Amino acid sequence: MKYSDDGSLLRPLRALSFLGRAAVTESLDPRPAADGYRGFHLNQHQECIGCSSCQKICDNAAISMVKVPSLPNDPEKGIRNLRPAIDYGRCCWCALCVDICPTSSLSLSKEYVHTCTQEDIDSYFMLPNEDSMHGGSEYGGGWEKSETSDLLNLDRQPMGELEPEYRQDNFKEIVNGFTPQQALDEASRCVQCGACHDACPTGMNAPEYIRSIYAGDLEQAVRWIYQSNPFSHVCGRVCTHRCEDACSIGVRGTPLAIRWLKRYAMDGVAPERIKELALEQAVVNLLEREFGECSAPVEIVSADIDDAIAVAKTGETIAIIGAGPAGLTAAWDLERLGYHTVVYESRPAAGGMTRYGIPSYRLPYEMLDRDVEIITSSGVEIRYGVEIGKDITLEQLRDQYSAVILAIGLHLGRSTRIPGAEHKSVRKAVELLRLYSENGELTVPRQVVVIGGGNVAMDIARTVARVQRQQYGAVDTTVTALESQQNFLADPEEIKESLEEGVVIKPARGPQECVIKDGELESLRSWGVDSIFDEDGRFAPHYNRSDEQHYPAQMIIEAIGQMSDNQLLSEDITEELEWERGRLKIDSNGRTALDWLWAAGDCVNGPDVVHAVADGHRVAASINDQLIKLRG
Amino acid sequence: MRAENYQQQSHPPSNQFELNFGPNHPGIEGNYALQVEVEGDVIVKARADGGYLHRGFEKLMEQRLWIQNISLVPRICVPDPSPMEVCYSMAIEEISGIEVPERAQWIRVLQLELSRIAAHLFTFGGHAATTGMYTPMYWGVADRDLILDLFEEFTGGRIYSIYNLPGGVRRELPDGFLDKVSEVIDYIESRLPEYDNLFFRNAVFIKRAKGVGVLTQEKSLEMGVTGPNLRATGLAFDLRRDDPYLVYDKLDFEVVVEEAGDAWARTLVRRQELLQSIRIVRQVVAALPDIGGELRAPIPNPLAWRVPAGESYARVESSKGELAYFVVSNGGEKPWRVHVRGPSAMHAVQVLEELVTGGRVEDVAQTMFSLDACPPEVDR
Repeated sequence: MKYSDDGSLLRPLRALSFLGRAAVTESLDPRPAADGYRGFHLNQHQECIGCSSCQKICDNAAISMVKVPSLPNDPEKGIRNLRPAIDYGRCCWCALCVDICPTSSLSLSKEYVHTCTQEDIDSYFMLPNEDSMHGGSEYGGGWEKSETSDLLNLDRQPMGELEPEYRQDNFKEIVNGFTPQQALDEASRCVQCGACHDACPTGMNAPEYIRSIYAGDLEQAVRWIYQSNPFSHVCGRVCTHRCEDACSIGVRGTPLAIRWLKRYAMDGVAPERIKELALEQAVVNLLEREFGECSAPVEIVSADIDDAIAVAKTGETIAIIGAGPAGLTAAWDLERLGYHTVVYESRPAAGGMTRYGIPSYRLPYEMLDRDVEIITSSGVEIRYGVEIGKDITLEQLRDQYSAVILAIGLHLGRSTRIPGAEHKSVRKAVELLRLYSENGELTVPRQVVVIGGGNVAMDIARTVARVQRQQYGAVDTTVTALESQQNFLADPEEIKESLEEGVVIKPARGPQECVIKDGELESLRSWGVDSIFDEDGRFAPHYNRSDEQHYPAQMIIEAIGQMSDNQLLSEDITEELEWERGRLKIDSNGRTALDWLWAAGDCVNGPDVVHAVADGHRVAASINDQLIKLRG
Repeated sequence: MRAENYQQQSHPPSNQFELNFGPNHPGIEGNYALQVEVEGDVIVKARADGGYLHRGFEKLMEQRLWIQNISLVPRICVPDPSPMEVCYSMAIEEISGIEVPERAQWIRVLQLELSRIAAHLFTFGGHAATTGMYTPMYWGVADRDLILDLFEEFTGGRIYSIYNLPGGVRRELPDGFLDKVSEVIDYIESRLPEYDNLFFRNAVFIKRAKGVGVLTQEKSLEMGVTGPNLRATGLAFDLRRDDPYLVYDKLDFEVVVEEAGDAWARTLVRRQELLQSIRIVRQVVAALPDIGGELRAPIPNPLAWRVPAGESYARVESSKGELAYFVVSNGGEKPWRVHVRGPSAMHAVQVLEELVTGGRVEDVAQTMFSLDACPPEVDR
């Protein structure tokens, strides 16, 4: 196309057409910005969790996280009292911070007048909150996260499971674990906020190992995992995953499957290689203690390691009672700190509550064996079948060792003490789980009723259901719990899977009597439950007597709680120790009232694997401090 | 910022002397410098000298997550920032095999053409000012502002839209937005005859621009000239038609050509391109209501996104010429290398040096503005 000029002599006269026309002007008066304008930041402080994703996405490093002491700080819920402060000398108003925000607490206002309200240069640096910068609602909200602009993937990768018909009559592991692609996709969702690390009792480096998994470097992930948890095959399967409760992606979506990612890393590296990596790590820790920090986790390359290790050993020996997660974690740590450890275990295999309290469809024994194998390879000596109090007394241990750790778990079941509960066919869940684990078989009648609504009740009900199906081809197991459906204590997936396997669940039932006829157990008599706690929150169930039900059963299993078997303690020692509601009292380092005795794990903290691991670390550190002090 | 340009040198006795254009000079676009040696009023030697405005983008981009660069790249051409984010996104999309939803492609075309109109209006203003005419500048800036208002409304930002992400665009158009677009382009079209009278047919301008800075087609191709500057030499080459991207192959428009290759021809090409852009925008406005679907293909969590290893060369026709991003990924969380082929890198360096040499000193500004160079594209 050509530009043509038709030219005319009269052209200058065209200027006359502008006479009387308004000039082209731009108004200087402020006008409201468009909806969706990217102005200054607004932050709902009550919704913000201080995860710092905004800081990470910021192209210009304009965002710093600032501590606001007046706001709540609750690591277990994944809430930090950090809030983003914006340096408007750097901000480019791209709103990527808004679009990445896991909670949607950040947005931008319609304000476009600049900030410098004071002469002070620091007025460029602001901590935005719910109110617009210039106060009031005059400007209103601008850019907000929309469905299309949201940058996060809020949906968890589905975890494959054995279908009920393939699992209901055997003890094969139910959960398949992630495929490599699933693990990669799941790991990619992480925003690296570290809330998981803060919430984890043992402070696992979850962001780091998730990042390593994402980078395809599973060995590095294993190194990170072994920094804080020698029971990772176990925790990758049965951890109570506090990390996931705190995960910031969980605020609007499903939290990352951190537990399954850990399992993926542990399953993805050959057991022999994991052992090498873990032992390398142990040696690194030992040498660091003696010779100063190196940048962990690193690979060992030196050939003169043995000499160095010999120098780092202290020559002191610690006795540990109980080869469960707490005891063995303490042993693992103490070996890394240069001590020798001897673990006394009354049963024929190590693992404690994880072996004798968790059915193998959730935790295959070989996985537990892998963890134990690595720990014993580091030099820990386990003496099986030794009962304290019978074969050797606690006093003898006190005299022979530099310190003693009590990590005896919760192997006794509590009783409801309802009439008939003393009958031989009324059993405790922990006892039966242990029997099954030890013998690989169990004799159960055709009809079984379980009392209790926690995960242990589900474990025994599902174990019994499997055995019933094997023995009789049909399941008749009923779980009765005080709690209503909404407040059920067991994990939702446990309930779902139990139902799929044929277990019947009766919520809000209060056990009243184990009905015995002609010396044989006949049924469980129960009342409906109106409420469990009184107004002060104390346990005082209120029953509806008109709603009476009998559940026929030839066996009733109580699964209402556990306690530790304290018989190994002599009378003198029991006397000298301090107790709190039947539990051993310890200080914040796990030390008892006796200066040579520490206690750790379920027996002091209640049932939880990862807490037991954390306890193990704590007492090991405390013993080390104490012995260093004694050495002067 | 070539050090040797500013070192004191001793010269043999001569009637030649050095003159600095810029980096702050009303006849220079942005902050850019041209050092010329003149003999009388005739330039005997010219050296382009950049580095005074935004610079070092390519290196900065290697230090940032893939998605963070989206808020960085628009700065490489402030008057016409939209092609930057679109082209960078296109390069990443090609490496990672992301398919952009159709609706997003149409919206991108709308954004690119509006940006082209705004950029051309801005250029005319500056160009007129080099010949002492300031009214076209006021008009150009005021009319461009109407388009910025549109950008404010649908992207949230007036200049730096930061509206694209690899995979699509960030948000839906507001209600009633297309009507407003029609209104604005109708108005701009109605203004064009007045621009013609004021500027394009103005004898002062024509006399100053005609025959100045003449580029032959052969020379242009030799020196990597693209865009309106190339089309002003009679070669009808336009990426929108000759290597179509987005949905340009579904749109009806003409490639504007002039033959003379001088400053006047280059300006006329831009003038006529306004009409073509208006034509394209009208087609998009008519088509968009019937094109539904997603706005954005999903991308991984940007904090952890690793674009698969590979390389791609994405190019678009910006208001300045062929803008291209050569992006190399080694599979990491950040680009391994990004090369920006800013069209002005050729126009403002070798072409400008060549064109002003032998010309008169008062034509330097005229030549530079007719090339419509954008200094950050040189300094990228």
